[in-house]
Amino acid sequence: MILMKDVYKTYSNGVTALSGINVDIKQGEFVYIVGPSGAGKSTFIKLMYREEKPSSGTILINDMNLAELKNRQIPLLRRKIGVVFQDFKLLPKLTIYENIAYALEVIEEPQANIRKRVMDVLEEVGLKNKARSIPSELSGGEQQRVSIARAIVNRPQIVIADEPTGNLDPDTSWEIMKTFEDINSNGTTIIMATHSKEIVNTMKKRVIAIESSMIVRDEDQGEYGYEI
Amino acid sequence: MKFRTLMRHIRVGCRNIIRNGWMTIASIGAVTTTLILVSVFLALVLNLNEIAKNIENDVEIKTLVELGTSEEEVIALGKQLEEIDGVEAVTFSSNDEELQGLIDSMGEEGETWELFEQDNPLNHAFVVRAEVPQDTEKIAKEIQSFDNINKVVFGKDVVKQLFEFNNYARVIGIALIVALVFTAIFLISNTIKITIIARSTEIGIMKLVGATNGFIRWPFFIEGLLLGVLGSFIPIAIVLGGYYYLDSAVIDTISFSFVELLPFNPFAWQLSLLVLAIGAIIGVWGSVMSIRKYLKV
Repeated sequence: MILMKDVYKTYSNGVTALSGINVDIKQGEFVYIVGPSGAGKSTFIKLMYREEKPSSGTILINDMNLAELKNRQIPLLRRKIGVVFQDFKLLPKLTIYENIAYALEVIEEPQANIRKRVMDVLEEVGLKNKARSIPSELSGGEQQRVSIARAIVNRPQIVIADEPTGNLDPDTSWEIMKTFEDINSNGTTIIMATHSKEIVNTMKKRVIAIESSMIVRDEDQGEYGYEI
Repeated sequence: MKFRTLMRHIRVGCRNIIRNGWMTIASIGAVTTTLILVSVFLALVLNLNEIAKNIENDVEIKTLVELGTSEEEVIALGKQLEEIDGVEAVTFSSNDEELQGLIDSMGEEGETWELFEQDNPLNHAFVVRAEVPQDTEKIAKEIQSFDNINKVVFGKDVVKQLFEFNNYARVIGIALIVALVFTAIFLISNTIKITIIARSTEIGIMKLVGATNGFIRWPFFIEGLLLGVLGSFIPIAIVLGGYYYLDSAVIDTISFSFVELLPFNPFAWQLSLLVLAIGAIIGVWGSVMSIRKYLKV
């Protein structure tokens, strides 16, 4: 499913963000990526949706080698994975419905299919009555659920989340985590970078810890392992 | 691209126009201002050019034939004139025709001249027209060397000054249009700059969701096209209305015989079409340029 082999990433300013990363993630897994700030978590996540390109090594996602992916092929990769961010990244001028529909419009789905599928997903995340609102009219938790809905609307096999609860209060965070767990139970692989000790230690999953640009720990049913 | 995707792009482009509100109005305003200036100057320069051309083409050499020249000699002279290099046309005007022309041009006073119809004192004349107006002087000199010539008349100084004036007018016209184009680019790129920041984040998000550059660009393309076309409406109204007024009202009252504007139909329509096209190009160019930077990975 996802395979990283000897992945190195050095930025153009000389900073080494990842060195010698080897990871194998199977279909249907739920993986937390933990570690101190600046350790390389974000780079790890960004490599997977080809926001960044590895300096060397191999990254295979569904047999697509991201190290050799051409720029014009990037959209094809991103249609196969859903991405959720800490700051939601919704299009501010579009309604909730239009934001989610966008992910289906890019793959040229017929309008009728789009309408049905978007309403289904909105129901799944419990926001059917907000379809005509614009993002700024929604609470943080609601906006994050919209962005999750957008990530799963074209039924990707992988959902990548970069600190999805970072901007949310604890109660809302648990609702969001519940949504992720539901998605995972349908067989979707979930990779989530997080800073939340509570979540990692309560909702036990595989934990990959990154420190000083290297993987220092990779265990099933792992602990968060840091004080904050 | 599938047809339904094209329809989607058109729908989204129209939607953006409506939702962008004040930005739409500002952009249309910039296009409108530019196009008003461009269209007024285009009308001015094209008309100046036309007037200049008309005056140049009106330059003729009048060759008066010596009195008492026999008919054969007149015919021979006509042939000789036609054979000069660079002559476009030679028209013969007999002394009777000359007198009639004189009488007509004098109006009521001309009646006194009718007495001369019995014994016409005027010369036969040839009106010679040069292929290239600038050759007029050279041809006139050549004619002067022929036999049976009484007089060769052409507005020597007038012609020279006219040619000089026309050349200046053309250069100034072109300079004005070039200056305007730069003004237009400045105005529009400024308007675009304001919208860039808002758009850069949006484009980033679209790419994260898997949109190709083409998919992102199309609605912007449509939006720009519409902005340009909408921005050309007021200038077109001004061109049509203003030109109609000029053509009918003003020219009638001033009525210089040599000032003849390009006719309203088709000129004003052609100019309107040109303004529409320029508007569309400016709009598309501005819009596409403003997102180009953010489409690079």
